Amino acid sequence: MFLAKVIGTVVASRKDEGLHGRTLLLIQPLTTERTPAGKPLVAIDSVGAGVTEEVFYVRGREACIPFLPAEVPADAAIVGIVDPPSAG
Amino acid sequence: MILARVVGTVVATRKDDRLIGAKLLLVRQVDPRGKDESSYMVAVDTVDAGGNDKVLIVTGSSARMASGLKDCPVDAAIVGVIDSVEVKE
Repeated sequence: MFLAKVIGTVVASRKDEGLHGRTLLLIQPLTTERTPAGKPLVAIDSVGAGVTEEVFYVRGREACIPFLPAEVPADAAIVGIVDPPSAG
Repeated sequence: MILARVVGTVVATRKDDRLIGAKLLLVRQVDPRGKDESSYMVAVDTVDAGGNDKVLIVTGSSARMASGLKDCPVDAAIVGVIDSVEVKE
């Protein structure tokens, strides 16, 4: 899994039936220093993440797993939201 | 998944049996603001995309999860036609 920041949203009304009702988010992969690493990509959200949040995501065939038994054609899925630094 | 733009069609008469009937399109990757990137690929269309449409591409073995592509020799599929991309950085 990799770290990323949610930087935007993607809307597609005509799409594969496996994607109906799914949220498409634009994410920017990050380095451990929280600087951008590579190009942004589109991931399906499985945890209710929002724009500006830091998340981790899974790539490849495993991206379908959060949505089982539905067959979702996904190669990237957000599977966790990174907790913000605590005030203490 | 990546964002791309349809830039052409690919016609192949002699091909794997499992690709018969598949619509092959040439797509070029674009950045979130719609600017062309250098990479392109051939993708199977499952959503009736057309000329210059901005599309969503799923790559790798996940492409076979798209409708009608089970057990097909495919590693890139068009699974959506993009209406809009909103970037808030």
